[in-house]
Amino acid sequence: MDRYQFLVALAGLIFTLGLLGVVIRRNLLVVMMCLEIMLNAVVLSFVTTAVRTQSIPGVAMTFFIYVAASCEVALAMAIMVILVRRRHSLDVGTFQDLKG
Amino acid sequence: MNHLMLIPLLPLVGFLINGLIGSRLPRWLVSVIACGLPAAAFALTIGAFTLLRTTGTPIAETLFTWVGAADIKVDVALYFDQVSAVMCLVVTGVGTLIHIYSAGYMSHDKSFARYFAYLNLFLFFMLTLVLGKNLIMLFAGWEGVGLASYLLIGFWFEDREKTNAGLKAFVVNRVGDTGFVLAAFLIFYFTKTLDFQGINGYFAATQPSLLIMNTIGILLLFGACGKSAQIPLHVWLPDAMAGPTPVSALIHAATMVTAGVYLLSRMSGVFLHAPLAMDVVAWGGALTAFVGATMGITQYNIKKVLAYSTMSQIGYMFMACGLGAFDAGMFHLYTHALFKACLFLGAGAIIHALHGEEDMRKMGGLWRKIPLTFGTFLFASLALSGVPPFAGFFSKDEILWNAWSAPNGSPAIWAIGWIAAGMTAFYMTRAIIMTFFGESNVPEKVEAGIHEAPFSMASVLVILAALSLVGGFIGTRFTGFLSPVLGHPVAEGAAAGGMEHILMGASVAIAACGILLGCFLYLGKRTLVEKIRDAVGPIYRLVSNGYYFDAFYYKVVVRCVDWVSESVLAKVTETTFNFVAIELPSGGINMVSRLFSSLQTGNVQAYVLYVLLGLALILWWGVAHA
Repeated sequence: MDRYQFLVALAGLIFTLGLLGVVIRRNLLVVMMCLEIMLNAVVLSFVTTAVRTQSIPGVAMTFFIYVAASCEVALAMAIMVILVRRRHSLDVGTFQDLKG
Repeated sequence: MNHLMLIPLLPLVGFLINGLIGSRLPRWLVSVIACGLPAAAFALTIGAFTLLRTTGTPIAETLFTWVGAADIKVDVALYFDQVSAVMCLVVTGVGTLIHIYSAGYMSHDKSFARYFAYLNLFLFFMLTLVLGKNLIMLFAGWEGVGLASYLLIGFWFEDREKTNAGLKAFVVNRVGDTGFVLAAFLIFYFTKTLDFQGINGYFAATQPSLLIMNTIGILLLFGACGKSAQIPLHVWLPDAMAGPTPVSALIHAATMVTAGVYLLSRMSGVFLHAPLAMDVVAWGGALTAFVGATMGITQYNIKKVLAYSTMSQIGYMFMACGLGAFDAGMFHLYTHALFKACLFLGAGAIIHALHGEEDMRKMGGLWRKIPLTFGTFLFASLALSGVPPFAGFFSKDEILWNAWSAPNGSPAIWAIGWIAAGMTAFYMTRAIIMTFFGESNVPEKVEAGIHEAPFSMASVLVILAALSLVGGFIGTRFTGFLSPVLGHPVAEGAAAGGMEHILMGASVAIAACGILLGCFLYLGKRTLVEKIRDAVGPIYRLVSNGYYFDAFYYKVVVRCVDWVSESVLAKVTETTFNFVAIELPSGGINMVSRLFSSLQTGNVQAYVLYVLLGLALILWWGVAHA
C-alpha cells in the first residue's frame, strides 16, 4: 500500500467516523463537530488526489470548502444558541417538532 | 339571392339586442326592435314568395358546412320551396301581428324586454325549422322552439305551477323527439343523406322494405305527436296555457304546434310508401280531433277550451296528411293559424279586460262592454266552427272530402271528423255564450274596470278577424301552388262531384246543429245542461278529467321512474358507487399516507440516515449500470 492509497483510505475512515457520529451521537455540539470531521475527510481526499496528479484544481477546492465550512459553522452556531436558549438542552431528541 | 338567411337572422338580432341590453332600453324602443325585425323578416318573406311564384323554382342557399365527416356532410343550408313559403309566411306574418299585440298586452309586465327576447328567439328557431334544407337543420329548429316554448310557458317563473307546466312541456316533447331522432338514424342508414330532396328522391326510386318504411313513418309520427300535441303525447298542451296569452296564440296555436304537420308534409316522400304508417297517422289524427273536441266541451277555463280545440284541429291536419292530402293539411294549418291566433288574442283581450280572470263561469254579458273583442271573437269562432264563407269552412271541408274520397279514406273516418266538427261548433258556441251573453257573473269591483283593448291589441284582432273571413277563398290556388312539392291525390272522377256537394252540405248542417244546440242549451237558464251532466256523470267525469291521461302518466310512468331512481338506482349508488368511487380510493390514500407519515419521526438523525440510504442506492445503481 503506497502513501496515496493509505491517505485515501484514511480519508474514507475519517468520513465514516464522522458520519457515524452525526447519526448516532445525541449531543448537538458533538454532531456539529462530526460534521466538520466529515468535511475534513473530504478535504484530505482532495489534497491527496491533487498532490498525486500534480494539479491545481484539487488544491483550490480545499479553499472553497473551508470558506463554505466556516460560513456554515457561523450560521449553525447562531441557530444552535437560539435552540439551546429555548429548550435548555443540547439533546437532539428534544427537537422533534416535525414528527408526522 | 343572399337575403334568405336574413329571414331567420333578423329575429335573432332582436333576441340579442333585447336579451342583452333590453332591460336598460326604454320600453318603446324594446317594442320597436321586437316588432320591427319580424316585420322586416315578413317583408323579406313576401319578396322571396313573389320570386318563387314567378319563377316556380325553389330558392336554396348554402351558408357553410356544419358537419363534415367521412360520409356525413351536413350543411347549414336554407331552402325556400312552396311548403316552406307557406310556413314562413304564416310564421312571420302571424308572428309579427302577435308581437304588435304583445306590446299592448304585456305593457304592465316588469320583464318586458325578456319577454320580447324570448319571443324573437322563438321566431328565429321556428324559421330555422321551416327553412332548413336538411333534417339536422329542422331538428335544430325543432329543439330550439321547444326551448323557447319552455321559457315562455314558465315566463312568470315566480309561480311554481307555471314553471312545472314549462317543464312538463319540455319533458313530454323530449319523449316525442326520441322517435324523431330514431327515424332520422334509420333514414340516414338507408339513404346516406339527410337532405330533404335527397331523402324523398331516394325513397321515390327505391324502398328498402315495407316494414322499414312503416317503422320510419311511425317513428316520425311519434316525434310529430310530441310537438303537435297529438294523442298520446298531448298532455302538455293544456298546461302550456300557463304562459302569457299571446304566447299561447303564437306558439301553442298558430306555429310551433303545427310543426308536426310540417314535418309530415316535408317527409311526404316517406309516408307515400308507408301505407300502414299513413293509416296510423289518419286514424290517430281522427281520434285526436274527436277526443280533443270532447274535452273542449267540458272545460271552464277559456284558454283551455281553445287549447283542446287546437289539439283537435291539429288532429284534422294529421288526418289530412294520413289520407295523402298533405296540401289540405297545409291549407287547414294556414287557416287555423289565422282564426285560432285571433281566438287566443281575443281571449287575451277578455282576460286583460277582466284583470286576469280566465274562468268562463265568472264572465258573461261582456258583449256590450267590449263589442270589438266580441265581434272579432265571433268571426274567428264562426271560422273555427266551419261556417261558410269563413276560412275554416273551406279547409275543414276539404279534409272531410278527402276523408271520404281518398284511397285509404272511409265513411267511418269521415264520420268521426264530421261529428268532431259538430262538437267544435258546439263548444265554441258554448264558450261565446258563457263569455259574452247572459247575466254578468263578474265581481263588481272588476266590473267597473272592464275596458276595450288598447289600439295595438284591437288593430291586430281586427286584421286577424278579417283574414279569418276572407282567408279561405284562395283554396284552389293554394293547393295549386303547393302541388309541385306535395302533389295532389287524384280526385275520383266526375261522379264524385255530386257526392262532394252532399258532404259539403252535411258539414254545414252539422256545424249549424252544433251552434243551435249550443244556443238551445246555454242561452237562458242552463238547467238542462246540469241535468244532462248529472245523467252522464261517469262519462262527464272521464272527459272533464282529460280521460285520465295525466293521472295515468303520473301513476304509471312518473311513479315507475321515481321508484326505479329512488329504490334501485339510489341504493346501487349508495353501495357500489360509494364503495368503488369514494371509500376504496380514500381508504387507500389514507393507508399510504399513514405509512409515509410514520417515516417522519421528527428525529433529524433519522433523516440523515434516509439521505444516506438514498445516496447508497443511487451509488449502487450508478455502479451497477455504468
